[in-house]
Amino acid sequence: MRSNFLLITLLLFTSIGFSQTVDVSGSVFDSGTGEPIPSVNIFAKDYKIGTSTDFDGNFTLSKVPVGVTLVFSYVGYLNYEYKVTQAEVIKINMIQDLKALEEVVVIGYGTKAKKDVTGSVAVVDSKIIEDLRPIKAEQALQGTVAGVYVSASSGAPGSRIDIRIRGISSNGDNGPLVLIDGYEGNMELLNPSDIESYTVLKDAQASVYGAKGANGVILITTKQGKKNTKTKVSFNSYTGFQESTRKLNLLNATEYALLLNESYANAGLSLPYPNVEGLGVGTDWQDEVFEKAPIMNNDISISGGSETITYAFSASKINQEGIVGLEKSGFDRGTARLAVGVDLFDNLKIKTNFIYTDFNRQGLNENGLGSVLFNAINVPSVFSVYDVNGDYTLVPDTPGYGLEVINPLAQIKNTYNSYNQERLNGSISLEYEVINDLKLTTRYGFQRANSVGKTFNMLIYYGQGKVFNNEDQSTVNQNTEKFSNYTFDLFAEYQKTLFNDHKFKVTIGGTLHEANGEGLFATGYDVPNNSWEYADIALANGLPTNPIKTNRSYKSTPYKRPSLFGTLDYNFREKYLLSFIFRRDQSSNFGPEFSVAYFRSVLGGWIISEEDFFNNDGKINFLKLRASYGTLGNDAIPGDAYRSFLTGESEYIYNGTLTTGTAVGVLTNPSVKWETDTKIDVGLDAKMFNNKLEITADYYNNTRKDLLIRSTPVSGTAGGSAPGSGNPTVNAGTVENKGFELALNYKDNIKDFNYGIGFNITSINNKVTQVNNGSGFIESGAFGIGQPSPTRMQEGQTIGAFYGYQTDGIFQNQAEVNAHPSQIALGAEASPGDIRYKDINGDGVINLNDRTFIGKPIADYTLGFNLNLSYKNFDFVGYSYASIGNDMIRNYERTENRLNKLNYVLGRWTGEGTSNEVPRVTAGASANNVFSDYFVEDASFLRIQNVQLGYSLPSSLIEKIKLTKVRLYASVNNVYTFTKYRGFDPAANSGDPISGGIDYGFYPTPRTYMLGLNVNF
Amino acid sequence: MKKYTIKIGLVLIVVLSAISACSDEFVNEDPPYAIDSENYFNAKEDYENALIGAYDLLQSSYVNVLLGEIASDNTLSGGESATDVVGFQQVDDMIHTPVNSNLKDIWNWMFAGVYRASYILEFKDKTDFEGKNQIIAEARFLKAYYNFELVKWFGPIPIKVDQRFGVKDVETIPRSPVSEVYANIESDLLFAIDNLSPTAPQTGRATKGAAQALLGKVYLYQDKFVNAANVLEDVILNGNYSLVSDYSTLFENNAENGPESVFEVQYSDAQGAGFGCLQCSEGNVAVGFNGIRNYNGPMFDSGYSFNVPTQQVYDDFEVGDNRRDVAILNIVDWAASTGATYGEGYKHTGFFNRKYLPRQGDSNVGDQNLTNPNNYRAIRYADVLLMAAEAFNRGGIDDGKARTYLNLVRRRAFGDTNHDISASGAALTDFILDERRLELVGEGHRFFDLVRTNRAVGAIPGFTAGKNEIFPVPFEEIQFSNGNWQQNPNY
Repeated sequence: MRSNFLLITLLLFTSIGFSQTVDVSGSVFDSGTGEPIPSVNIFAKDYKIGTSTDFDGNFTLSKVPVGVTLVFSYVGYLNYEYKVTQAEVIKINMIQDLKALEEVVVIGYGTKAKKDVTGSVAVVDSKIIEDLRPIKAEQALQGTVAGVYVSASSGAPGSRIDIRIRGISSNGDNGPLVLIDGYEGNMELLNPSDIESYTVLKDAQASVYGAKGANGVILITTKQGKKNTKTKVSFNSYTGFQESTRKLNLLNATEYALLLNESYANAGLSLPYPNVEGLGVGTDWQDEVFEKAPIMNNDISISGGSETITYAFSASKINQEGIVGLEKSGFDRGTARLAVGVDLFDNLKIKTNFIYTDFNRQGLNENGLGSVLFNAINVPSVFSVYDVNGDYTLVPDTPGYGLEVINPLAQIKNTYNSYNQERLNGSISLEYEVINDLKLTTRYGFQRANSVGKTFNMLIYYGQGKVFNNEDQSTVNQNTEKFSNYTFDLFAEYQKTLFNDHKFKVTIGGTLHEANGEGLFATGYDVPNNSWEYADIALANGLPTNPIKTNRSYKSTPYKRPSLFGTLDYNFREKYLLSFIFRRDQSSNFGPEFSVAYFRSVLGGWIISEEDFFNNDGKINFLKLRASYGTLGNDAIPGDAYRSFLTGESEYIYNGTLTTGTAVGVLTNPSVKWETDTKIDVGLDAKMFNNKLEITADYYNNTRKDLLIRSTPVSGTAGGSAPGSGNPTVNAGTVENKGFELALNYKDNIKDFNYGIGFNITSINNKVTQVNNGSGFIESGAFGIGQPSPTRMQEGQTIGAFYGYQTDGIFQNQAEVNAHPSQIALGAEASPGDIRYKDINGDGVINLNDRTFIGKPIADYTLGFNLNLSYKNFDFVGYSYASIGNDMIRNYERTENRLNKLNYVLGRWTGEGTSNEVPRVTAGASANNVFSDYFVEDASFLRIQNVQLGYSLPSSLIEKIKLTKVRLYASVNNVYTFTKYRGFDPAANSGDPISGGIDYGFYPTPRTYMLGLNVNF
Repeated sequence: MKKYTIKIGLVLIVVLSAISACSDEFVNEDPPYAIDSENYFNAKEDYENALIGAYDLLQSSYVNVLLGEIASDNTLSGGESATDVVGFQQVDDMIHTPVNSNLKDIWNWMFAGVYRASYILEFKDKTDFEGKNQIIAEARFLKAYYNFELVKWFGPIPIKVDQRFGVKDVETIPRSPVSEVYANIESDLLFAIDNLSPTAPQTGRATKGAAQALLGKVYLYQDKFVNAANVLEDVILNGNYSLVSDYSTLFENNAENGPESVFEVQYSDAQGAGFGCLQCSEGNVAVGFNGIRNYNGPMFDSGYSFNVPTQQVYDDFEVGDNRRDVAILNIVDWAASTGATYGEGYKHTGFFNRKYLPRQGDSNVGDQNLTNPNNYRAIRYADVLLMAAEAFNRGGIDDGKARTYLNLVRRRAFGDTNHDISASGAALTDFILDERRLELVGEGHRFFDLVRTNRAVGAIPGFTAGKNEIFPVPFEEIQFSNGNWQQNPNY
C-alpha cells in the first residue's frame, strides 16, 4: 500500500506543472447512520492520483489540480463525485446503494435476490465460521440451519462428517451434493476461513441439479477480492488443547473382583479372587488412554481489487492431535488458495480460483470390537499398565477375557500407519455479456487428488490365540491412489421485462461431469528390525511364505454424466413469482436403455407484503408465501452395476499350490435405473418489527422411490454368495420423510449493547414404505458376537429401526420362571435374576420369532439455538444444538465373564425384589446378553457446541501501528452435553443409514479450549 | 448486436445438442482391464480358469462337515456361550427354524458352486479344443457334488440343466422332487466317469475313481444297492486305492492326498479371510472352529471349541481300537501328560475333534483360526469299503464280500484279525453302520447315515421324525419364490 502510494506520488510528479494544484482533505460518512466509513477509495477522474480513507474515514489528497473531479467509491454505496475548486476540508455523505445491499443468494446456475426465492433455501455466512471456528467446513452447519443435521462418525481428528438434509432417504448415499463455486467438490478438506457462504437447497429448488440433487444441495462460495478496495490482510491464529468430554463409569478393581466372585458363585464355581484386600481402585484404563491433545491453527488471507481486477490469496495450516494416542490419531492440513478475477473487456470477465490442499492423517483401530477404546472399557481394572519388567501387561489369554481384548496402550504403541493426500481443485470461468440482459457463462471446475498410504503390521504377540497377534512375518502395505473429476458448464441467461410488469428470466445450459480413479496396492515382507523406521517396501526384502499375489491395482470405469437444463423465472409486479425447472440427465451408472432421466419442478411465491391491501405500517415488514413441487434424482451407486465381469474370487489348490482362475463377480442387474425423489414444500418467510425478527417456516414431504439398494438380497440359487461375488443393485424401496421446520432470528440493540438470538427446530417423520427385495427388510450391523443383525430397514418402520427382544423385567423367583414360556432357544433356561422376554407372537415359546421393533436411531426433533452479544469492544457467542427422540444401541460391552463392566451392574439383581432392571451376574450360561431393549438407550441430547468471548482493541490504540482490527478471543468447543445416554457420545453416528445407531465405543468428540487472535490491516 | 446474438445462440445450440446427443459409447465407456463374463470361453485357458472357480466353492463345504457332525449324535455345538453362533446351537438342539444363518450359508454356498459349474456347462459348446471333455467332466462332477450336498440337506431343490439360475428363476422353476434331483446327479456323474482320467491332471482335481465313489454314495442314499455295489466294487478292484496302514498318520498334513484319498477338498494356509466372508478363506475354517479354546501346549493351536465329541461316542470305541485317540482328543489326559492348559467353552465335554484340530507349524496367513491348511478327506477308501460292504449286505447280494470289506477296515483299526466280524444279515448291517460311525467320526457323515437308514429317531436328542430328516429351506428363499415354493414339512 505504501509502495502504491509512492508510485502514485511519482506519477503525480510526472504531471507536475500543467496547472494549479491544491491540497484537499476531509472525512467520509454514511449518510444514514452518520458513521465514518474506512477504506473508501478516492481517485481523480482522468488523473492518476488517488487515496483512501483511514479507519476514521479521514483522507488527505495533496496536489490536486483544480477542476478535477474526485470519485468516492465504496462497496455497497453509490459513487459520489466531487469537483475540486479550491483547497478545502470537505465532508462527504455517501448513500447506501439499496439495490446492491439487497441480499442475493446463489441458487442453481446463477443468483437471485433473496426476497424472490421461491424454494426452501438457507444461507450460512462467514460470520458463523468466525464464531464457531470449525476445524472442518461441515461443522458450521451443525445446529445452524433448520432441516440440516450434521453428525461425526468419530471424534478422531480428520474423521468423516456426515450431513443429512431433511432426514435419511436411502440405505446408501445420503450426503448432499456439494458444489464449490459451481463445480462438484468435496467440502471436507476446505479451509473454513476461505468460505464466504453456504447456500443449502432443501427442496425442489435443487432440481436444476437433478441428477444429484435428491439428497439436497449445498453451494459453497469462496471468498473473493472486492473491486476498488485497498489490500486487506487478515491473520487468524488459535491454539489450544482438547480433552475427552466423557469417561464411562466402570468398576474399579475391588468392585470388579467382588462382582466376579459373585458371578462365579452364582455359577457354582470357586471364587477367582478369594482375597480382594489390597486391590484398591486399580488401573483406570480410560485415564491411561485419554490424554490432553494440542491443536493449533494459523491462517492468513490477503485480498483486494482495482477497478478491473480482484484478487484473494490465503494460506492455512492446522495441526490437531487425538485425545486417544495423540499423534497416532493426528491430523494436519495445509491449504493455499488463489482467486483472481479480471474484467478483460467491458463485457468479458474471467475468474479463476485454485485451492491446494495437503493433509496427513494417522489412525487407530476405532469404533468396533477390538478398538482401543473398546479395550480401555473392557480390560479389567485389576491389571496394571506395565508388568514387573516394565513391559506392557498382557491381558490373560485364558477363557473369559475375549480373544480380541488386549492392553490398549500396547495397542496404541504398536499401531503404525500414515496417509497423505495432496489435492488441487479449482475452476476457471468466463462470463460474456453478449448484449444487455444476455449473459453467457462457461466454466471448467476440477479436482485432482493423489494419496499415499502405508500400514505397518509388526511382529507382535499379545498372548495365545489373541486375534491381533502377528507371529509369522512382518509386512508393510503401501498404496497410492489418484482421483480426478471435472465439471464443465455452459449456460446462457437472458432477462427481459415486458410491458413493465412482466419480468422473465430464462437460463438454458448444459453440464458434463466426469470422474475417474485408479490405485495401486503393494505389500513388502519382513521389515528390517521389525521397526516403523524401516517399514517400506524398499527395505522389506522378504518373500511371502506362500507364493500368492499380494499386489493389486484398479482403474475405474469413467463415470460420465452429461446434462441439459433450463429454468424459467417469472415475476409479476414483484408480487407473484413463478419458476419452472427442467433437467435431463444421462448417467453412465445405468445401461444405455435406462441411462436418461428427466426431472421437473415448479415453484411459486406470493409476496403478500407487496400487495396494496397490506398495511406496511404494521408490525410485519415482509411476508412471503411459497410452495414447490418437483422431482430429483440419484445415481449414487457403484459403476458397472448393469454389467457382469469376471471379478469374482477364483482360487483353489492344485498340486498343493494356490492357483488363480476366473469367476463371475457381483451379480448384474441390467435394468437398474434412476432413483427419484419427489419433494413438496410449503413455506413462509416473514420479517417483523423493523426487520428485527426473521421467521422462516416450512412443511416438507419427500418421497424417495425406486431406491437403489446395493447388494439387495436375492435367491442364493443365483450364485451371489460365491467369494468375490455379491448381490445386485436393485431399485427396491420407497422411503418417506416429512416434517416441519421453523427458524427464528432476532437482532436488536440497546444502545451499545447488540444482541442476536437464533433458534431453529426441525421435526422428522421417517418411514420406509416399501422394501421390495422378497424378505421385506434389509438388515445391517452387528451386536455382540454371532448374533443376528440388530438394525433393519423394514416396511412400516423408521430406517435403521432396532429389532430385538422386548424385556419384561427380571424373573424374581423360580415360580415366575416356571410360569413363563421357555427361553431355552435364546441360549439357556432362565433362572431367577435373569431377564424375562416377552412372548410377542404368543406361541408359548421365546425364540427368534419373538423379536420386535424396540428403538430407532432417527430423532423426532432436532434443534439449534444460538446467541450473539456484543458490548463496545466485547463480544460473546454461544451455539448449541439438540436432538430429541433418538435411541442408541449399547454395544461396547464385551459380555465376557472376566472383562470389566459398567458400574450400573452394581444395581444388579441379587435376590427377590432387589432389581427389576439389571439381571444377575453369572459365569454360567444365560440368555441375558441377546439383543433386547435392555441394550437400547435414549440418546436424546442437548449440546453446548461453542462459547466464545472476544475483545477487540480500541481503534485509537491500534491505528498507530496501522492496523484496522485486533481481536483476542477465548473459545470452548463442545462445552457440555446434557444426556441420559451412558456411552461416550450420543451425537456420534457411524453414518451408515441402517446400522448408524449402534455404539461400538465411539471415539468421543473432544472438548477443545482455544485462545485466538484476529488481526486485520 | 442482433448478428452476435444469433451467432451466440447457434454456438449454444450446437454445444447443448452435442451434450444431449452424447452417444451411449461415449457415456457408457467400456471399463478398463475388465473381462465381460458373457463374452468369455474363447480359449482352453478360459475354461481352465473358470473351472478353478468351480472348485473354489468346495472349500466352503467346511460348514457342511462341521454342522453335519453337530447335527448328529457324535458331537455337541460348543463354542464360547449359548449364543455363540446361534445357528450351530439350534441345530445341535434340533430346534432350528427357517431363520438360521448357517443353514442359509450351506444353501447359498452350495448353490454358488452349482452356479459356477453351470457357468462352464452353459458355454460348453462355444469353443472346441483338445481335452475339453475332461474339463466338462470335472464341471459335471462338481455340479453333482454340490447338488448332492443340497439334496442331503434340503431335500427337493430346483434343477436347471446346463444353465445358471437367474435372479428371477426362483419364481418359476419348481423344486424338483428328490428322485429327479438324484437322476440329474447320476447323469452328471455318469458323464464324469466316462470322461475323467483315473489320475488327476493335478492333485486336487477330480478323478474317475472320485466320480465312481460319489456315484456309489448317491446310489446308497437311494437304497439302490445293486448299482452301488457294482460301481463301488469297480473302485475297489480297479481303482488303485489302499488303506494307509497306520491310522494315526492319516489326518496329519503330510498324509494329504495319499493312497487312501479318493477325493479330498484342498485347503491352504496361504490366504485367509475375515468373518465377513468365511467362504473366501483358502483355509479350512472348520478346523479353527473345532480348536481347543485358549489352548497353550504342544502340537495344537487354539480355536473356538465348537463341535465337541460326546462322552458316548468316545466310549463307543472298543478296547484296543487304535482309532479312538486319533479321532478324539481327551483333553484332561492330554493336559495331564503334556502340561498343556486350555479353557472350557460352552457344552464342554472334555473331548475335541482331533482329526481336524489346528496343528502347530502352519503359517495361517491372516486370521489364524480361519486359515488352517487341513484338507478335508471327503471320500476315503475306508469309506468306499464300508459303503461297498453296506451295499452288498443290505442289498442281499453277498454278505461274504460285505464282511471282507468291513474287516479290512477293522483289521487296520485293531492291528489284528481278532476283531473280525463274522455276522450276517441284519446283525451285519448293524456292525457295518456302527463301524461307519467310528471309522468316520468327525468327518460329517453321521447325521445323514442315521437319516438314510431311518435310525435318527432316538439316536439324536430332539430329532422329530417326518421333520428333521431334512433342514428347512432358508426363510428368504421361500419369500423370493413368491409362492412358487413350499417350506419343507413341519418347519
